[in-house]
Amino acid sequence: MNARRLAAVALRQYYLYSGSPTRLVPLFVWVAIDIALWGFITRYLNSIASPGFDFVPALLGAVLLWDFLTRVMQGISTAFLEDVWSRNFLNVFATPLRISEYILGLVITSIGTSFIGLVTMLCLASLVFGLSFLAYGTAAVPFLLVLFLSGIALGIAGAAMVLRLGPASEWFVWPMPAILSPFAGVFYPIATLPWWMQAISRILPPSYVFEGMRAIVRGARWNMSGLVIAVVLSLLYIAAAGIFFRHVFRVAVRTGLLARYSAESTA
Amino acid sequence: MSPKAILSVRNLRKAYRDTVAVDGVSFAVAPGEIVGLLGPNGAGKTTTVNMVLGVLQPTAGSITIDGIDLERRRSAALSCTNFAAVYAALPGNLTVEQNLRVFGMLYDVPALSERIDELLHRFDLERFRGTRSGVLSSGEQTRLSLAKALLNHPKLLLLDEPTASIDPAIARTVRRTIRSFADQNQSAVLWTSHNMYEVEEVCHRVLFLSHGRILLEGDPRSLPREHGAVNLEDLFVQVANEQLHDTPAR
Repeated sequence: MNARRLAAVALRQYYLYSGSPTRLVPLFVWVAIDIALWGFITRYLNSIASPGFDFVPALLGAVLLWDFLTRVMQGISTAFLEDVWSRNFLNVFATPLRISEYILGLVITSIGTSFIGLVTMLCLASLVFGLSFLAYGTAAVPFLLVLFLSGIALGIAGAAMVLRLGPASEWFVWPMPAILSPFAGVFYPIATLPWWMQAISRILPPSYVFEGMRAIVRGARWNMSGLVIAVVLSLLYIAAAGIFFRHVFRVAVRTGLLARYSAESTA
Repeated sequence: MSPKAILSVRNLRKAYRDTVAVDGVSFAVAPGEIVGLLGPNGAGKTTTVNMVLGVLQPTAGSITIDGIDLERRRSAALSCTNFAAVYAALPGNLTVEQNLRVFGMLYDVPALSERIDELLHRFDLERFRGTRSGVLSSGEQTRLSLAKALLNHPKLLLLDEPTASIDPAIARTVRRTIRSFADQNQSAVLWTSHNMYEVEEVCHRVLFLSHGRILLEGDPRSLPREHGAVNLEDLFVQVANEQLHDTPAR
């Protein structure tokens, strides 16, 4: 692992963000809109619901956490797509850069972009709508960790899919979090779901986070072992996504897809 | 095949199902030598270049760069290689300097800032340092690609039609620059071009490819005479028309 090559992948993304307001602004704007929208919904729900239950940590907190996962995933996939859009694969992959270095460089980029989104959401949710992460206690840290790791796994898998299926398949990547959200129980307990959806939920790390979050909000006893399972599952998914990316890359090198990769040739 | 060769290609083959793009190609490029890879469109030149760059896996055969097996030690082999190709422009959304910095770091170039200054000066790109590459003219983009290609003092330099989009005056400067680079650095250069006058001026040796095979090999200044052609361009046309199918490769 060469630290300079890792830094080069991240530096390229820094140059793109710092020189382009159209890339920078969405890092703040979309998450701010989401928090504002759901913040007002929770206020309204608090005003009509029976006293005693606070929708802010249950609903607005869920939106914030899910948006964080989405931003982590998009941090990786957008950084990867920059190379697709600028048809840069030949230049990048004819260098000594290793696949592991490339992926880790994308992850570093995602840490930066998702951190900006997280800070924006936390500021807005706490200052305007009174959401306090202290409500989740020390569990807030593993919650964010699991969602971060899950976002990484999704981002790498999405990048591999685009590499395999071509640039047009980016439209499969953007809705990936939305497809998973019903199974992850972001807004409702997993027990609400039919049995087959519950079975899928059990293998999705975020579902443990949202179950844990709701338990804390209810003041119920919270089982830490669920989060341990979630961390282990997330790490397994990251490893699987990395192997998948490497496999797709090798196939692309073998079939000539990488050398020919462009919007025209593979769309 | 010379044991001192920087690039050694042995029995290289690339097949896509029933289509054979490159068929048993073997050649070597020595230090300081510029070898022209010539042939009509679809002859297998770019496929060969892509395999040497590690972005296309051969169906069979081996490639060693500076004694390093590309298949087994891809990263090490590519660290002493670089390339410029007319179809691989650098990202247009980065400035000239940003592109050189990013690729310089990818190639782990020491004293990178000084090297960037030197190359910007050498390719007359200083005034475009802060300009986005995408708004440069095609000639300026070609010069930037060449500057990128020399960043790491590559022992093997691959140039796929490097002067295709630049005017004759700059093309002449580029040819001189590459020749002096190969001389001073003792680098091997594999150069594809459709400009036969350029090939005659620059290359020490040429390989004529047709249908994925090396049909002819030799000195570009004497080869036409040896095969009854008026000049290299005439010989190229003969190869393209496959009038040499009975002539054994030298």
